[in-house]
Formats: sequence, structure tokens, C-alpha cells
Amino acid sequence: MSDAFASPGRPMAVLLPPRAPEPIGFPRLTWRHGLFFVVAAVLIASMATAQTPPAQPPASAAEALSTAPATPFSVIIKWSPLLLKGFAFNIVISIAAMTLGTVTGVILGLGQISVNPIVRKVSWFLTQFFRNSPWLVLLFFAMFMIPFQFNIFGVIMPFPDWVKAIIGFALPVMANVSELLRGAIRSIPNGQWEAATSLGFTRTQTIWQIVLPQCVKRMLPPWMNLYSLITMATVLASVVGVTEMLTLTAQVHAAEGGRPELFAPLYGFAGFCFFLYCYPIGKLTQRLERRFNVKT
Amino acid sequence: MATAPTADAAPAWTPDQPIVSVRDVHKSFGGFEVLKGVSMDVKKGEAICIIGPSGSGKSTLIRCINALVEVTKGSILVEGQEVNDPKLDQLALRRKVGMVFQQYNLFPHKTALQNVMMAPINVLKQDKREVEERARKLIAKVRLTGKENSYPGELSGGQQQRVAIARSLCMRPDVMLFDEVTAALDPETVKEVLVTIRELAEEGMTCILVTHEMKFARDVADHIYFTDKGVIVEHAPPAEFFDNAKDERTKTFLGQIL
Repeated sequence: MSDAFASPGRPMAVLLPPRAPEPIGFPRLTWRHGLFFVVAAVLIASMATAQTPPAQPPASAAEALSTAPATPFSVIIKWSPLLLKGFAFNIVISIAAMTLGTVTGVILGLGQISVNPIVRKVSWFLTQFFRNSPWLVLLFFAMFMIPFQFNIFGVIMPFPDWVKAIIGFALPVMANVSELLRGAIRSIPNGQWEAATSLGFTRTQTIWQIVLPQCVKRMLPPWMNLYSLITMATVLASVVGVTEMLTLTAQVHAAEGGRPELFAPLYGFAGFCFFLYCYPIGKLTQRLERRFNVKT
Repeated sequence: MATAPTADAAPAWTPDQPIVSVRDVHKSFGGFEVLKGVSMDVKKGEAICIIGPSGSGKSTLIRCINALVEVTKGSILVEGQEVNDPKLDQLALRRKVGMVFQQYNLFPHKTALQNVMMAPINVLKQDKREVEERARKLIAKVRLTGKENSYPGELSGGQQQRVAIARSLCMRPDVMLFDEVTAALDPETVKEVLVTIRELAEEGMTCILVTHEMKFARDVADHIYFTDKGVIVEHAPPAEFFDNAKDERTKTFLGQIL
């Protein structure tokens, strides 16, 4: 109610709640999180130690120095630039898949509420088909159905594996966004449509100017949740040979001689990176959900 | 029922003819007949109140007038234009007929001023500056100066309803439809909305109201229609209607309400 909230030109007005809100900060890491990480690290380290083969007494001091296996920690430090580069690639794939999936999903979702019955049925079928298929199946589907290059009017467009992976991940995103959008549109009270119609808005104008802007707010939390899920699913791309973080982790493990005690720390590091990235997104989603639940 | 039929009115409409002419309108939802042959005439500048028990088809009737609901049978003429015509120019109809709803139905993602300006700019493609000037005047008219940049969620029910009235007026309609516009409001805020409507009626706007505010109907309306079970049971000027009701159903209803 305060005048501070009545200032014109507020950015992203649709994201704002109808009543004075508490500020939403980005989730901050506290000592609790620190404690959680310490416990996790101790667990992983103890697993690593448990798996270490009993040390052979070194024949000589010199030999001990030259062959002393690197500690798991130093291995991670040594390879972290490469592993983090792989992780960055996961992020790139997830963002690209989410973007592509959202754009196509919005089109498909609008198709689901089309007045044309054929468009509606086809959109419904595509949505259901891709929503109810395992992500890994869709990934294989994209990998092996899409040719490695396209010939468009004489211009040869290569389609490397990682581009196909993006398409593979975009398919379930598309179907889920389509369904999210359909649900969000249905949740807009009928009165909004009536009011718009009585003011002379056409159906298309009503959808774009009145219904969709309101859907953004409703869709944002589940959409972020979907993003977080797809980010974690990008490691599936290692199955089809894309050199993302998990592939690199396996390679690093092999390069270090495949020592079993390195298994937990290396994969733990990968998991930890995803946790650090996805946990704040999940927290933020929760806060947005709580805020948007406030009734007007 | 109503006055002599003028349904055969030529397309050329003159202001001395009824601005809204409803002839033997039937409406069914599924197998349920909500309107069973309703006729009424509204002259330009008149304020008409439709009263009656809930479920008697009042809201459906006024929704038919601006083609939000399609009639099953019968004819509705607005300024000589047949509403029940498949080739109807809906935009032309909707700029003539404004409507205000029980639940306000403001667009929650737009400020009060934007709500008022949206349709003239986006639908009628009018000049933005001219529309803004008009919108600010209308907001002042409904006594909401200072609330231009508030979002609907920041306004009280009565304030929202007045914004909704301004939003409708900004299309410069010839007829205003009010569908139980005070039914969702607190008793204290009902008055501020009724004052606004009364002013409109006094300025000569043609108003068709569905209402449960009997005192208001008596003070403001030129003519009262009483509906029950999909038909118009009785209609008369307010003084006669309230003091001298002829039909038993009207008497029972008034007895329960007054």
C-alpha cells in the first residue's frame, strides 16, 4: 500500500506480489551449510581411506618418495581446471536446452489451447509423447535420429554431438513447459477473459497482452525447478560420449590409474559442483513459491 | 410483457428508438433453459434495473446484450445492430457497450492507469497521449486521483470496482452494463461505487444494472424489471413497482428483501 510501491516504471511488474512483500534475497550460505559440507567431506574421505589398499612397506626411502600416490585432494586440485571446464559445458548445455525447450514449449502450449482442433490434438499428442518418455531415451533418440550434418541450400551445417544433446534435452523441457503453460493459462480466472472480450480484445490479443503476462508469474517457480532437474540430467550426455563433466571425471580417474580410493573423491567433487549450482536455485524457487502463494 | 415490438427496426437507427431492444430471447445451457423468452426496451439515457432472485437469468441476460453469451433464439438490437448475427462486427458492438463485473476483473499485472488505457490504445488504436489524458480525467471522475500507479492488488474492492468503471468508460460506450457490481463489496464501500454509477446515470449514460440494492434501484432507476425463472414477471417505474407490485411473485420477493 505504501507509495514506494506505487512508483511507475517498476521493472518486471508481473513478478511483483500484490501486497507489500518482504525482500527476497538470493539464498545465502550459512554455517549450517558449512557443517553439511564438512560432514559430507568427512564421509567421502573416510570412504576413500577405506578403499585404499593396505600400503606396502616401501623398499627404500627414495622409492617411497617417487611412488607415493598423490592424495585424493591433490588429484582434485590438479584436475579441477579441466573438470570445472567440463562443468561449465554442462551449464552451457542446460541453458541452451532450457532456452530452446522453453521457446518451443510455449509454442506447443499455445497449440494446446488453439481453437483449431487439429493443432490442438497434434500439440496435445506431442506434449504427452515427450513428457512421458524417459529423458535418456529422448537423448538417444536425438543422438541417433538427427544426422551429423545438415545440407541447407548448399550450406553444410555440422551437427556435433553436443548440439544434438541440447536438442535431446530440449525435447522433455519442451513438453514440460507446454504442459506448465497450459495449466497456467487454465488457472487464469475466466473473468479475465470475459473482461478482455467485453473491452473488444481479440482472442490473440487477450492471450498475449493479458493472459500470458500473468502466466509468467505462475510458471516461474515450476520452470526453475525444471531447469534444476535438466541441469542435473545433463550428465546423461556422458552416456552418448559428450565430453561434459562426468565423462571427464571418468577420464581423469582412468588417467590417475583408476585407483579405487580416488573414485569417491572425484565423483564427489562432481556431485558437489552440481549441488552448489542447483541448491540455491531450489531455495530461490521455494521462496518465490511462498511469495506467489499470497492471496490478493 | 414489454412495449410494442420494434424488432423490425430498420438498420438506420435513430436516437428516439430504443437503444437496446431485446425481443423474445431464449438461452439454454445444455438442456437447461435460463431465459425463456425475455423482451425489454431501453431508451437512450435511461437507467434500468433488473432485479430478481438468484438463478433467474439476470446476469445471462445482460451478458447476451454484449454478445459475451450467444442467445439460442430471439433478437437483440443495440442501436439497430443485431447482436445475434453471425456476421456481427463484435468490435463495433463492444465499443458501444461497456460492461462492469461483480468480481471487478481488473488486469492484475497492470496499474490502475494502464488498466484504463489498455483497451483504447491496443484495441481502438487511439493516440496514446490523448488516451492518457482521458484516462486521468476518468480516474479523477471516479475519485481515485493519486491511485493511478497502484496495482489492483493494492486497492480496496470499492476502489478496484471504480477503476473497472473508468476502464469501461474509456472506450466511450453508449450503454453501460453493470452485473451485480456491488455484490462482492463490503457494506461501507458499496456506497462509493453506487455514487459513481448514480452520477453516470444522471449525466445521461444509458445504464442497465443487475442489482440487489433496492434502495439504489428505487432512487436511480427509470424503470425496474423483475425476473424470475427466466421470464420477466413484471416491469414498472420504481415508485409503482415497489409500492404497488401486482404479481404475487414480485410481492413475495419484495417481502423477503425489504
